[in-house]
Amino acid sequence: MNEFLQPVVEKFKTEFKAEASEFRDEVTLLIPAEKNIEAALLLRDEFGFDLLSAVTAVDYCPQKTPRFHMVYIFYSTSHKTYLTVRAGLDGESPSIRTLEKVYPSANWREREVYDLFGIHFEGHSDLRRLLLPPDWKGHPLRKDYPLGYEEVQFTFNFKEIDVRKPKGEI
Amino acid sequence: MGVEGKTGNPGVVTTSLEKLVNWSRTNSMWPMTFGLACCAIEMMAMQASNYDMSRFGMELMRASPRQSDLMIVAGRVSQKMGPVLRNLYDLMPDPKWVIAMGDCASCGGVYNNYAIYQGVDEIVPVDVYVAGCPPRPEGLIHGILTLYEKVKAEKLADWK
Amino acid sequence: MREIQEFTLDELKHHLSSKAISGETVVLNMGPQHPSTHGVLRLILELDGEIIVNCIPDVGYLHTGIEKNMEAKTYQKAEVLTDRMDYMFSMGNTLVYTLAVEKLTGLKPPPRADAIRVILTELSRIQGHLLWLGTSAMDLAALSTFLYTMREREMILDVFELVSGARMMTTYIRPGGLWRDVPAQFESLVRRIVKEIPRRMIEYESMLTKNPLFLDRTRGIGPIDTKTCLAYDVTGPTLRATGLAHDVRKANPYCGIEQYDFDIPTQTEGDCYARYLVRLEEMRQSIRIIEQALDKLPYGPVRVPNYKFVPPPRSEIGASMEALIHHFKLWTEGFTPPKGSVYATVESPRGEMGVFLESNGTPKPYRVHYRTPSGPLLHALPVIAKGHFVADMVGIIGSIDIVMGDCDR
Repeated sequence: MNEFLQPVVEKFKTEFKAEASEFRDEVTLLIPAEKNIEAALLLRDEFGFDLLSAVTAVDYCPQKTPRFHMVYIFYSTSHKTYLTVRAGLDGESPSIRTLEKVYPSANWREREVYDLFGIHFEGHSDLRRLLLPPDWKGHPLRKDYPLGYEEVQFTFNFKEIDVRKPKGEI
Repeated sequence: MGVEGKTGNPGVVTTSLEKLVNWSRTNSMWPMTFGLACCAIEMMAMQASNYDMSRFGMELMRASPRQSDLMIVAGRVSQKMGPVLRNLYDLMPDPKWVIAMGDCASCGGVYNNYAIYQGVDEIVPVDVYVAGCPPRPEGLIHGILTLYEKVKAEKLADWK
Repeated sequence: MREIQEFTLDELKHHLSSKAISGETVVLNMGPQHPSTHGVLRLILELDGEIIVNCIPDVGYLHTGIEKNMEAKTYQKAEVLTDRMDYMFSMGNTLVYTLAVEKLTGLKPPPRADAIRVILTELSRIQGHLLWLGTSAMDLAALSTFLYTMREREMILDVFELVSGARMMTTYIRPGGLWRDVPAQFESLVRRIVKEIPRRMIEYESMLTKNPLFLDRTRGIGPIDTKTCLAYDVTGPTLRATGLAHDVRKANPYCGIEQYDFDIPTQTEGDCYARYLVRLEEMRQSIRIIEQALDKLPYGPVRVPNYKFVPPPRSEIGASMEALIHHFKLWTEGFTPPKGSVYATVESPRGEMGVFLESNGTPKPYRVHYRTPSGPLLHALPVIAKGHFVADMVGIIGSIDIVMGDCDR
């Protein structure tokens, strides 16, 4: 871990009781989900992380606690380092506060996470679907959502699939 | 064709009305720009100077469906784009043809999932399928020439 | 088949001003099929006469579900899907995915593979910028530029075809190195490109840079400042045209690019003309990098001989039992990286492209997320376009250079 990130990790451990881990020269901090705005303000104002590079989520489906991990990746243009911050969430439709007031770029990123995972963002100015049609049911990137692929019609299952196919003129 | 072989060249050509109409349809077919994804780049490369499409009559691409007669569906059609595609097909006046360019438009291509229509023939009737990911510009030209063969064999009564 | 979704004014009222509801301003749809939106982008414009009061981008018309599809395939098979995301920089998409897999597994490609990767990615960047130049000039009615740049682009696509067999979607860069070594004519073809393109670029400059019509349509149009760029997470030439010299190739270098000598071009005004100048200069710097990489190209293998992750050469399969077993395992089950998550980045012609890859010890990736640069550019579009005429909208979209496959994935 380089010397720029050392005080950041120490501050996070004392303030938020974060767990730090390092894998392949990358530092990841796991914080409780209620403290995400305070953590973001700390990173932006005190340590100079001016870009929020990525906002995404991971679904650990059969596992209940935590069911989701929100992943935020911060970047500092002056010190050229990345920092990954994770927050664990539980339940079928969890909710977490939005980072929109701190970093405006989080607006569309959180809309995409809501669209694909179903995580609600409290205080978001415009929470609607971004990538899928507005009346789509379900959240595709969850692990219990099927891929939705079309079964290939080989000779051994030709007749079963042929029955289900729509026929006629368009 | 006709009697001009016997009487010199009086400046007169005789043919059937069907052949004349089909010939004029193929020689100046205007495609509608329906480039969605990567295949659109190869379609643009085909329109540019290396593989010129103007020599086959497609001098320009009309963006408006009311002024075009060929729709080259170049790229993958997603769930949100499907109804838009059908709407634009309905707006085109007769006679109209559709070429499904590339694997994604023909059969869903590499993507077999919830978000892509498995072939644009779920939405519009297709005349020629061009395979490739993306097809080379020569491949698309071959597809267009195949469409011309098909048009030349059409009857007038097909488009009432 | 579904019905077309129409928005009602009611649903959009927190975006539009009150004048739209009362009817003083017009709400116009610049639909997904349009001659000059690059790809399928839908914009809902609120116009006061000809002046844009508000602009709401509606994306998702090219959503392909690539991230979910990659979770269902092994690491090798998933690489095929990565080319087709940002289809103007396909080598770069594969490169960033390969860098993430190599970071996760701890593979280090040999120096010859690194140098060829740099050459191919920079060629891909030049090809992307050439297409941008052609199409954005065509949007501003300079039609001949399009034909000139496509002619140059064909030379670069010939190199891709020589090396991998396909013009655009190559899947040539694989974890552990490259698919196979470059043929003998590679160097002469690339040297020809390096000689021709700077000469041709003088032609483009003479057509556009001092042209009073082009200057009228791009100077002062669509300005943005550094603070707004950083707030909306805009990177790439748009950020560099505002004055901040931030480039992933200098800040977090990859593939040994730090051994080559190149500059980062910047401008200060941040308008369409500044972005045009930055991209032209970037093409010249890419030529510089390619020349240095060709001069220093080392001899050696192009694949790491770690057969747990990289396929063994075909000549060994007939002779050695271990090579046969490794080949069989890689093709049926795939390789298994250790548990953990990484984030790798690359500089694409639009900005910083990154891959967040998480593995849970199985042969299929558990979560792949692409951080693509076109999304933030579209998010910042309402801020850039406010107060301009509708005719300028086309020029602005052309100058920020978005690719919809990037935004929607």
